[in-house]
This record gives sequence, structure tokens and C-alpha cells, in this order.
Amino acid sequence: MESLNVFAARLWPTENRFVSGHRACQGCGEALAVRMVHSILGRNTMVASATGCMEIISSSYPDTAWSVPWIHVAFENAAAVASGIESGLDILAKKGRLPKRRITVVGMGGDGGTADIGIQALSGAMERGHDMIYICYDNEAYMNTGIQRSSSTPMGASTTTSPAGSLSIGQQTWKKNVPLIVAAHDVPYVATANPSFPFDLAEKVRKAAAARGPAYLHIFSACPTGWRMAPELAIAIGRKAVRTGVAPLYEIVDGRLRITVPTPELQPLRDYLKPQGRFRHLDEKTIAEIEKRVAEEYRKLENREGRKI
Amino acid sequence: MKADPMGVLVGAHFLDGDHACCEGALAAGCRMVFGYPITPSTEVVERIARRFPMVGGVFIQMEDEIASSIAIQGAAWGGKKVMTVTSGPGMSLMQEHIGFAAMTETPCVFVNVQRGGPSTGLPTLPGQADMMQARWGSHGDYEIIALSPNSPQECFDLTIVAFNMSERYRVPVMFMMDESVGHMTERVIIPESTEIDIEPRRLTRAQPSEDYELYAPEEDLVPQMPPVGAGYRFHVTGLTHDEKGYPVMNAWVQEKLVRRLVDKIRKNASEIAINQEFELEDAEVVIVAYGITSRVVQRTMFLAREKGLKVGVFRPVVVWPFPEDRIRELAGRAKAFVVPELNYGQVYYEVERLVAGRAPCRLVDHGGGALHDPADILKVVEEVLR
Repeated sequence: MESLNVFAARLWPTENRFVSGHRACQGCGEALAVRMVHSILGRNTMVASATGCMEIISSSYPDTAWSVPWIHVAFENAAAVASGIESGLDILAKKGRLPKRRITVVGMGGDGGTADIGIQALSGAMERGHDMIYICYDNEAYMNTGIQRSSSTPMGASTTTSPAGSLSIGQQTWKKNVPLIVAAHDVPYVATANPSFPFDLAEKVRKAAAARGPAYLHIFSACPTGWRMAPELAIAIGRKAVRTGVAPLYEIVDGRLRITVPTPELQPLRDYLKPQGRFRHLDEKTIAEIEKRVAEEYRKLENREGRKI
Repeated sequence: MKADPMGVLVGAHFLDGDHACCEGALAAGCRMVFGYPITPSTEVVERIARRFPMVGGVFIQMEDEIASSIAIQGAAWGGKKVMTVTSGPGMSLMQEHIGFAAMTETPCVFVNVQRGGPSTGLPTLPGQADMMQARWGSHGDYEIIALSPNSPQECFDLTIVAFNMSERYRVPVMFMMDESVGHMTERVIIPESTEIDIEPRRLTRAQPSEDYELYAPEEDLVPQMPPVGAGYRFHVTGLTHDEKGYPVMNAWVQEKLVRRLVDKIRKNASEIAINQEFELEDAEVVIVAYGITSRVVQRTMFLAREKGLKVGVFRPVVVWPFPEDRIRELAGRAKAFVVPELNYGQVYYEVERLVAGRAPCRLVDHGGGALHDPADILKVVEEVLR
């Protein structure tokens, strides 16, 4: 794999493949992440998108934001569609009917379309070993239909189908660890990323594109609307998520894990929870419990570092 | 049996159809819902997620519609009254389990807040194009019951009817709302629990024994269910099964079982039927309409009557099984039939089949995404009378 240590702002491609004029909310971390990913991937890219915010905001005529081939099929099958595209391109290349250049096939979905309804298609694609990147843009709930919980919603978050109140703290289960589920498929590249750390993200996107075989990126994407916070906090909250250990940044190359943005001293979880309305109802005791679990999970990750997953 | 007062939010409310459907389920005694968010049905589960825990009920959001549609059936066999809620694409994913519910005679309610299709279609706009899917979407032969409400009040009232019918006949009942009805906000009156009749589960009177027959039908062709945890040992399968419930795969058992599944609805059709008729006594033109369209045609009828045209409306509230006898009767005296629907012809072909050439039939089709203009339907009425 090529060395990408020299990545810097002036090397960032100026050409956008996901262009302005789309309908994302103010401060959408997900739209920002999509823009970053596709400016890195460039024009030789084909995208299969699951149903979700990114489909709705980016594809409606006349606000189409995509300047690469893009297809939306349904909610559960982005990875399967991408598998089909990759196989088709493979055959065309073998028959000599495509120019000799590397075309990156991307499947993308939100956390619902990846961790819930789409996990079967994702697992199938990873197992079959298609040369593609699957990207999960994780904003931690079904935001397109109006903030319903997913299996990627963090514990304690209030959503419209996990409402907090006297009988519930909101989401009662721990977030599903999709990157490690994908890593269990023994794929060449798995990474978590976050648009608040653009150079880390860019490096991971390039590594995913360079990997021969399936690569998986799990991109933590702040959603001011769904998280009930000020739009201008989207980047700051992404940084806090990493510094508090909520959404650690790591990569798993050929099964070996490396934390790319190490955080030896985790910051207090309150700093992350406080600006977000979805956590407003949590009492000190619950926050302490969640903080303990976050720290445990982070330690587990540190223990895995450098070892085969 | 009367409704459990705990689930009945007595009073006059200002609710949309989605929320009224949730209240109807609570009043009907439903305490367990498995669902998955999909526009335009999400508001039903949002209210359920908030309301059910308050009355000791459970809402579980599943990982997809496939899981929701079968989790409810597990809960039904565990003794619960159950429902799932979705819209077109979700309904497509649920089809295998609707066949399972028909085959295993599991009482359950499927709410479909219809939107424009096919595929992702028009998530936020109305359609009525899932009517044939509701009837025959799963493979194999079976019959279901489908209701079609046209107002938030009916979303409340008919949800109770849907539960009662699913318990009474042990079939999946399709509750065919649409985006307009689901998102329309109107006055909804919720009566006292003493005024709400509830069909209790049909529990077996047979004693637990080696010879216990899970699917021994009663006179009306519907078998009774065993109470869970009372010593009955039973086997539920989607394979063709005998009356004991065990798989027997031959033509004879298939004939006996599937014919009964079909007949228990067809032979009880007159008891299941709910129709509304408006000014049909002297009607020369009968407009057949269901769901939201049955409200649009009220205006058409009014405009036509103002012009002196003898127009009446026939509205099947229970669309499946289709009110065949009544349409045949009307065909004997009406001059023409006009069928407006938000699709390119589904219920229309049923009407045409039953009228059997005795009067001209006209479809007023519409792809969905909006409702008919009453004047467009009037134009067709005038044409057929010319």
C-alpha cells in the first residue's frame, strides 16, 4: 500500500464530485463527509446508494449533486447493487470493452441501511470479496424518516421510537459495532473516520480505494437536526466524539488494528453529551454509567491494537 | 367482551389518521407492536413507542420489515394481539410472512399506509395501488380481509374492527390506509370502553392430550387456538399440515387445508362485508370508490345531483373479500358503473367482472401523488350517460 503520510491541505483535490446545491440541513456532517470522500475518490467512481438522507437530498431534480455515475435502488441492497456493478465491470474489463483504468465501486448507506436492514447484503458482499468500498455514514438514527432509533443509536439517546421519559432513558441498548463485524469477514481494509478529522479521513479513503478486495469505512457523521443541537457545532461535536472515546478513530489493515488518533486521556463524556438535545434528559448516574462503558470499550480497543483481530 | 379501559383514550381529539390508528390498536387490546420506520406510516409507530409503555404494552423496533412481520406472529402464538405498520416497500418485504400468517392461521393486523409506487415511488404522497398486492401478494392461494378507511375517525374505528376480524377468522387483516388519510387531521371521538366491542381470542375447549388437534375447524371453518403454557404441545409450520398441525405433504391434505383457508373467508363473506351506500335508490350511475377516493366522489355526486344526474356511490369499506353479490345486484338496475381509484385499474377489474357486460364500466385512473379532481370524475359520469 502506498505511503500517504504526506497528506496536507494543499494536496486536497480542488475538484468536487458531490457538488453544492443539494438539500442537506445546515451543518450536516454527513453531506460534508460525502463531499470529502468523493473529492478524494475522483471521477473514476461509481456509486450505489441506499435509501436515506443522502439519497433524498442529493438526487432530486434539479438539485442533483452527483457528478459521478450514481444509482439508488432500495433500502436494503446498496452492497448487493455495488457487488453487481463490480462484477459487471469486471466482465467488461476481461472482454476488453472498458478502457484500462481502475474504477472504484462504492456502496453507501446510512446506519439504518447498513447496520439494520442492509447488513445481510453487506455481509454477502464482504464475504464474496468484491473489489469495492462500502461506506456507512453513521448519524446514529433514521434521520430521513424523522429520527427513529437504529441499532447504531447510542445508549441514552432519545429518538421518536425510543422516547425518553419516566419509563425509559431513551435508547436502551449499546451501539452495534459494525466495523468489527465487517472485520470478522477478514477483508483487507476496515476503518472508522470522521469529517472533523479530514486528513485522517482522506488517508483512509485512499487506502480503502487502493485495497484489492472489499474495504469498509464507517464514517461518524454529526446530524444537528436529529441530535437536536446547534448546526455550527457539527465539527466540534465530531472532535469531542473522538476525544471522549465515543467514536474512536482506527483502521484494521489485513486484520491488524491501529488507533489512528490515539486519545490516552479520555475527556469527560459530559462535554460531548451536553450540547445535544437528544441526551438532555440523562441524569448524572446514567451519564456515569455510560461513561464507564465508553472507557471500557476504548480500553478493549487499545488492547486489540497491533494484534490480529 | 368490552374493551380494556386502560387502553381507551376517551374523549374528543384532533388527530391525524396515523395517530388515530395507534389509538384504535390500543382500544382493540393490542399491547405488542413490532415495526420499522417508513414514510408515511412512521407517525403510527412513533405514537405507539410513546403510548404503549404507558399502558403496559411493548413496542419493539426491528431491524427491518421482514423481522417485524414475523416477530408479530411469534407474539400472536404467545397469546398477544399484535400489529405491524408499514408502507409499500415494507409491505413488499413482508409478503412471505403474510403467506405464513394465512397458512398458520395467525391472527395479526398489517397496517399499510399506501404511497405512490412501484418501488420507492412517492414516499410522501398518496396512492391506492397496493390493493391487489394486499389480496394476493404472497405466493400460493389464500384469502385475507382488507379494510379501507377514509378518515381519521375510521382509522380509529376500523382498526378495532380489523383486530376483531383477525381474531374471529384467524387471518392476517390488511388495514389499507393511504398517505392522505394517514396525514389528514380531523376530529376523532373515542368512546367509553363500555361502548367498544372486542372479539376475544378463540381459545380451544379441548383438553391437552396426545390427540390434541391444533387445526380442528369449528362449524365456520375456523379452528381455535391453544393457550400458551397450559400444557398443550403443538407444532406450527408453514408446510402443508394436517389437523394435528404436523407436515403432511400430499395432494389430499393440501386440498383439504388450502380449500378451508380459502373457504373460511369466501363462505363467510356476507358476514365480513361492510359497505356504505349513498343515494343508490334511484341511481343510474353507480360510482364505486374506496378509501380516500370515496370522499372525493361525495363531491362528484353532489355536483352531479345539482345537474339533475342520478348518481349514487357504493363504497366497500371491507374491500377484500369483495362484495360480489351486491355489485351483481346493482348491475341489474344501474345504467353504468364508474370506478375512480389511485392506480391504473385494480378494483375496477373486479367490478367489470361482476357487472359482466350488463352495463358499461368506466375506470377513472390516476397514478397517485395527488387525489382525483371531483370534476374529472363528473366528466366521465356525463360521458357514460350521454
